[in-house]
Amino acid sequence: MTKQQANWSPYDNNGGSCVAIAGADYCVIAADTRMSTGYNILTREYSKITKLADKCMMASSGFQADVKALQKLLAARHLIYQHQHNKQMSCPAMAQLLSNTLYYKRFFPYYSFNVLGGLDSEGKGCVYTYDAVGSYERVGYSSQGSGSTLIMPFLDNQLKSPSPLLLPAQDAVTPLSESEAVDLVKTVFASATERDIYTGDKLEIVVVNAEGIRSEYMDLRKD
Amino acid sequence: MEQKPFSRGLLSSEADSQRTLYPYVTGTSVVALKYKDGILMAADMGGSYGSTLRYKTVERMKSIGKHSLLGASGELSDFQEILRYLDELILYDNMWDDGNSLGPKEVHSYLTRVMYNRRNKFNPLWNSLVLGGVKNGQKYLGMVSMIGVNFEDDHVATGFGNHLARPILREEWHENLSFEDGVKLLEKCMRVLLYRDRSAVNKLQIAKITDEGVTVSQPYSLKTFWGFSAFSNPTAGAEGSW
Repeated sequence: MTKQQANWSPYDNNGGSCVAIAGADYCVIAADTRMSTGYNILTREYSKITKLADKCMMASSGFQADVKALQKLLAARHLIYQHQHNKQMSCPAMAQLLSNTLYYKRFFPYYSFNVLGGLDSEGKGCVYTYDAVGSYERVGYSSQGSGSTLIMPFLDNQLKSPSPLLLPAQDAVTPLSESEAVDLVKTVFASATERDIYTGDKLEIVVVNAEGIRSEYMDLRKD
Repeated sequence: MEQKPFSRGLLSSEADSQRTLYPYVTGTSVVALKYKDGILMAADMGGSYGSTLRYKTVERMKSIGKHSLLGASGELSDFQEILRYLDELILYDNMWDDGNSLGPKEVHSYLTRVMYNRRNKFNPLWNSLVLGGVKNGQKYLGMVSMIGVNFEDDHVATGFGNHLARPILREEWHENLSFEDGVKLLEKCMRVLLYRDRSAVNKLQIAKITDEGVTVSQPYSLKTFWGFSAFSNPTAGAEGSW
């Protein structure tokens, strides 16, 4: 008698795309608000962006239950950090924590594709991009999720940063102004929505700068 | 819920016999929407055993505490287990005797954690749950799936309801529906499900939850129409075919 195989999967892909772009003194993080399963839309108004620390936001797409669990875990760890160190976690510190948290479940991964965005300890924009098991890199811009294959080449074309292998090290952040970066994000999502069925409904844009955090919304195609 | 210690870990064949593989007695769709005074939820009373309609008076919606209403589709024994968990949760909440009571958001959060944790242990509770309620005038309506996927919205549905009822709700739902309009809308959805979902039965309840409390209606049936001329001679024009 052969061993019974499971006829259910512990994973699901709830879709969606995320983008983050780092500027000289700001960071733009954006994600659509559609949550799907298979060919169904579950809801059109679900936020994929969460605030992990004062100057650190995370946008995640993939399996929503794992994303939620990850967000809760990081929020709890941040609270403990604040109790122990009497200060907010910096973006690079949170970036390392996220990587370690993901790798901890290397053999039953969080099916979560993350982009971390915020300001580093010097107030410069920083973006960290991850895979599902925690390998990460600081970059000038990134996209993850179902539309990332459509979005990333376009961002490469518009924002291509100098190679990180060059010496002396050159800035990866974009010279674009904050409003130009926000416009670029809107354009990029409008395009991704056309061809990716899992991206659409509404775009949520969060901008982190020295003054604080502000949110903006834009309607996307609902089909 | 106590666990026997498995000497070979959770992936041994001893542990296998303890895990849910597939559902046995199931309930079909639950549909719910927000209306002016609170939440309206509908579910039929059928309990199917595969393709047999085994039980015809199953209450798939139950009130939880003072502020919430839970509807479930999927394995009915798992639903009963969830009700036992929630009984304990509400009991401990009441025992604090501090004037506070768990609202729908809190119950939804608890259920999400329970479902996700069971999924993590590869032993899921095979249900899709709809949690609705009102607390201090704030309406709340959410859903959790058997693997922990959860969200809240103005209208939700489980199973076939996602395919057949949600499109109707997206077209016709609006803010501040009256009670009568809400019931009419839910009945429209349930009628479509009755025609098109083979596990649906024509015996349903509609539950309402407002700041005043929960009322579950008496079971009743929907009027259906089968008198289409095409049904009286189905193979006309193509004799011998199906």
